[in-house]
Amino acid sequence: MTASPPLQTVQGAGHDPAPAPRRRSLLRRQVIPGFTLSMGITLGWLSLIVLIPLAGLVIRASGLPLDRWITVLTDTRLLAALRLSFGGALIAALINGVLGLIVAWVLVRYPFPGRKLIDAMIDLPFALPTAVAGIALSALYAPNGWLGSLLTPLGIKVAFTPLGAVVAMVFIGLPFAVRTVQPVLEDIDVELEEAAACLGASRRQTFWMVQLPTIAPALATGVSLAFARAVGEYGSVIFIAGNLPRVSEIAPLLIVTRLEQYDYVGATAIATIMLAASFALLLVVNILQKWNRDRQGGTR
Amino acid sequence: MSKRSLREHSATRLSLVALTVAIILLFLLLPLAQVLQQAFAKGPAVFWQSLQGEDTIAAIRLTLLVAAISVPLNLVFGLAASWAITKFDFPGKSLLVSLIDLPFSVSPVISGLIYVLLFGAHGFFGPWLIEHDLKIIFAVPGIVLATVFVTFPFVARELIPLMEEQGREEEEAALVLGASGLRTFWSVTLPNVKWALLYGVLLCNARAMGEFGAVSVVSGHIRGLTNTMPLHVEILYNEYDFVGAFAVASVLALLALVTLGIKSAVEWWHRDELAATRRH
Repeated sequence: MTASPPLQTVQGAGHDPAPAPRRRSLLRRQVIPGFTLSMGITLGWLSLIVLIPLAGLVIRASGLPLDRWITVLTDTRLLAALRLSFGGALIAALINGVLGLIVAWVLVRYPFPGRKLIDAMIDLPFALPTAVAGIALSALYAPNGWLGSLLTPLGIKVAFTPLGAVVAMVFIGLPFAVRTVQPVLEDIDVELEEAAACLGASRRQTFWMVQLPTIAPALATGVSLAFARAVGEYGSVIFIAGNLPRVSEIAPLLIVTRLEQYDYVGATAIATIMLAASFALLLVVNILQKWNRDRQGGTR
Repeated sequence: MSKRSLREHSATRLSLVALTVAIILLFLLLPLAQVLQQAFAKGPAVFWQSLQGEDTIAAIRLTLLVAAISVPLNLVFGLAASWAITKFDFPGKSLLVSLIDLPFSVSPVISGLIYVLLFGAHGFFGPWLIEHDLKIIFAVPGIVLATVFVTFPFVARELIPLMEEQGREEEEAALVLGASGLRTFWSVTLPNVKWALLYGVLLCNARAMGEFGAVSVVSGHIRGLTNTMPLHVEILYNEYDFVGAFAVASVLALLALVTLGIKSAVEWWHRDELAATRRH
């Protein structure tokens, strides 16, 4: 996966820094060559790999008669899977919000030996293949595993339960939360804190009333990104969740199951629901990022 | 008084640092250690032997092949896209940037499914492909397609913010001084973005070699033929060959660590040249 928080960097690029004077931009267009070629490659490749295949899914789904949709959507197995995928992802994203804020805060504010190493480790879930994470987590939390053997006597079962799915989702989502909050914390203006302190605010008041509102948009973005990733996650979850239908089965796995049964209609319908949810989330993330940019612009 | 309220109590600081280290150890380092421990559970000889299996070698070879095809394709795309987006003004630019990022928001399973719907036996082009005896799904081309899809934005997203920040003046100067377009690209643009480019290619490669969900849907899991390393890990694991599964997994984990190591080194030595990717 990526190192920098997905979407954020590129979104920033789409946002033009400052409009150039008209005359200069006309001149530029004449000087730099290769527009047709580079744009041709971009649009051609984008259409071939991304747009046409995704459109194919949507076209297939729009061809399904209404009664098939109703049959698919009222299937209790699907509803349970969607509940686990979305509910589990929500819980994991909120946990990531808390953990991410603490980790980002410590990495930015408190120099301590080994900080660089810890900082580099944050991206591990991005770089580690999901299947590897999946079998490692499931070995770790299995009843005889390193952590499982500690938790089992307490009556906490993680592996092969819905809780296992949440643990895997926390693992893959953590970098999103840390990496979106970190740059904002780095840029935060110390003068604001000083002003608050001079005006008699306690450390706690400064945090809740000055710093948290500044980082809130970034934190919300990070949580949404972690949520979006966790909803669609497959590899790391299926090994640890146990995949019991109606209990610990996630929606992406149900798509795979339907495909293996040659139930293309069922697979297409579930995929369409999840794709629609992803697009809705993408919109939310874009709005949050605009809020973040406005908030950042305001404090500078 | 004011100085005091600007800083947290040292006890608070200490416990927050301890908490962070604990979070990293528990959530990130422990799984990694588990991979190594399981891979070497029966000693280095068994570990080494389990990497020599015929199917394992075939899986490693296929993974390298898929990465060798899909990474260069996305490298060319990433360079073209960032050139078009940052060196020219045109309407709909931010929409285009969002569309390039789209594969990141799609579940890996869906990334595989869309190609099955197009090229599978019951897909749009299925009958035509069967007629001409061409195989895409449950064969290498499908694996490459799914991998290209999931790694699609990596190079472009590292380059676009940086090239946006660097502006167009240097290229314009070179062109006005008589350099050809290609020469300008090679001698001006490319050296300016080389570290970000390396970074993007590394991430793209790590994901290409490690992709599981999308590839799993299109591969068909034919041992020795369409099994990539992550898929082979799953098969071995489901057959209770834990040493084998974790041995292959440890090779993939090593790849992840090397990627992170180079990334951190590049970030450390060339922070300024990567600044844009972190800032925006």
